[in-house]
Amino acid sequence: MVSSIPKDSHSVSELKEFYRQMVLIRKFEEAAAKAYSVGKIGGFLHLYIGQEAVGVGSIAALTPHDYIVSTYRDHGHALARGLHPNPLMAELFGKATGISKGNGGSMHFFDKNAHFMGGHISLAAGIAFASKYKKEDSVTICFFGEGAANIGSFHEGLNLAAIWKLPVVFICENNHYAMGTPEYRALAVKDVSIRAHAYDMARDHIEGDEVRKVRDHVKVAVERARRGEGPTLIEVSTYRFRGHSMSDPAKYRTKEELEAYKKKDPLMRARHELELGGIKPNELDKLETDIQTQIDEAYQFAETSPEPPLSQLHKYVYAEDK
Amino acid sequence: MAILTYREALNRAMIEEMKQDPLIYLMGEEVGHYQGAYKVSQGMLDLFGEGRVIDTPISENGFAGIGVGSAMVGLRPIIEFMTWNFSLVAIDQIINSAAKMNYMSGGQFPMPIVFRGAGGAGGRLAAQHSQAFESWYAHCPGLKVVCPATPKDAYGLLKSSIRDNNPTIFIESEVLYGMKGEVPEGEFTIPLGLGEIKRKGTDITLVTWSRALSFAEEAALILEKEGISVEIVDLRSLRPLDENLIYESVKKTNRAVVVEEGWPVAGFGAQISHLIQKNVFSYLDHPVERVTQMDVPMSYAANLEKMSLPSANRVADTIREMLR
Ligand SMILES: Cc1ncc(C[n+]2csc(CCOP(=O)(O)OP(=O)(O)O)c2C)c(N)n1
Repeated sequence: MVSSIPKDSHSVSELKEFYRQMVLIRKFEEAAAKAYSVGKIGGFLHLYIGQEAVGVGSIAALTPHDYIVSTYRDHGHALARGLHPNPLMAELFGKATGISKGNGGSMHFFDKNAHFMGGHISLAAGIAFASKYKKEDSVTICFFGEGAANIGSFHEGLNLAAIWKLPVVFICENNHYAMGTPEYRALAVKDVSIRAHAYDMARDHIEGDEVRKVRDHVKVAVERARRGEGPTLIEVSTYRFRGHSMSDPAKYRTKEELEAYKKKDPLMRARHELELGGIKPNELDKLETDIQTQIDEAYQFAETSPEPPLSQLHKYVYAEDK
Repeated sequence: MAILTYREALNRAMIEEMKQDPLIYLMGEEVGHYQGAYKVSQGMLDLFGEGRVIDTPISENGFAGIGVGSAMVGLRPIIEFMTWNFSLVAIDQIINSAAKMNYMSGGQFPMPIVFRGAGGAGGRLAAQHSQAFESWYAHCPGLKVVCPATPKDAYGLLKSSIRDNNPTIFIESEVLYGMKGEVPEGEFTIPLGLGEIKRKGTDITLVTWSRALSFAEEAALILEKEGISVEIVDLRSLRPLDENLIYESVKKTNRAVVVEEGWPVAGFGAQISHLIQKNVFSYLDHPVERVTQMDVPMSYAANLEKMSLPSANRVADTIREMLR
């Protein structure tokens, strides 16, 4: 493992914070998987385990005024944005205390105050359009998979963003599979970011296992967008350790492949770098147990929260239904 | 008689048809190597190879259009949508191309294509993944719309849809895939446009299709104990529609309720209700009622989902009210 040792106390504490966020995501998702397997969570549950450095690194490049648009694999992005695990877990349980009052579920996290919304590529371009229209300097980043990069709205959204120089950063988290379809059977290019050329758009490509590197690269794109120089398409190469969703046994990939990627686990890497930077293992163990406690509390909170009242059924269909 | 699941019945129908006609191919996301997102195409890649069981990227608009184009020049595509929810990004190809091709070309280009996949609501899949779309497609002339409720019907109707020279919207029920039922051995087809009385009764007619049949059947059992005799008409296809079957039943029972999974406004039940009042008005002892999914998007919360969906209890309550 090639490691970048954090050089000064600032970079150590920065990395430690990123590590904390990544552990929070990992443990949140492990708890969610457990809740799913005992039937407390229903529907689809897509886990982010393995990809944590992408969300944490990217979102660290933003200010609170910037916007985040995330699709269904959204738990990690929401936690990296700083949303509290309690209402997120409660949403997965379908409870009234959930971030979307139980109406959304796993695939639909929204938090207006945190500028966090579920959606897709053209919506992100639309949010960026509004920032430009209102002459605000917010930047929007949009997460999606390499599978989603094959759908028509990707091309239309990118073209519009490029011709109007919208302040948006498109982050393709390439985990190499769209459900069971490996990238080489779905993409005519080897690197999604190459498609930026078709729209005369800036592009970048990074490995997604080193959280600070992700942050640094995304930051360049965010600043470019903020200066009014238009969008960037970034491909971040990463891997999901679980199946596409909880119901997918992931038989389409080999054990060896999974093991090879697990050796590049972004959490393991960050921990190793922190130790090289002088943080004692027991301090990191303590950080992990503290987070486990926080997640246990979130689980408890979700479990003991009430279901939404039946009177909610007809609410929120229209803006007037308060 | 073989006992097959709904999923196996569909699989058998596709395999038999593809063996008989080399122009038929199956295309969609995860239909091949993954053996089908819902395993409906299990084993078909091995039988027919990558040339005829074709995995696509997530590009519904593109591959629906490829299906239409290839059907114009003689192929007979079966296009699988992983679920009908994702057909919305392809709806332009379905409605503006497939449905109108024969008409626009003055009969030069018939459209022997089947669009099929999982539909309906439930399983806590929330607002974007829990919707019944048959009314949307039934709205459009030029399409045939088929919604089987049992393994036997799934088998016989899919074979007819594949052989039909018109674009067929074949909506399978996601929650019925594992349902078991008797399917006669040997080949048979069920003509499109032929409904079936799934239960005989004298007091009231339930008109239904697809998964809603199970709500109707359950309600009939509940009401039987109260001395109410329910007749159930399973339409099986909405276009073409077995109108006479509905009328004959209503003439006998003098009351009708439409039970469907979709939303009420401009839903297919409204059309049936209109047809009944127009054609057998004098036989009616009560306005036609409807039991549908509530007029709201589907919530993720378990209790709200349950309340939103039509149910046997809601059907039974409606009937009791009508007979009071
Ligand atoms: C239009 C459309 N087609 C199909 C699906 C079903 N679906 C949901 S996620 C997914 C795979 C997406 O893969 P990717 O974009 O690479 O993201 P990842 O799951 O790898 O994070 C599929 C096929 C969908 N949601 N929408």
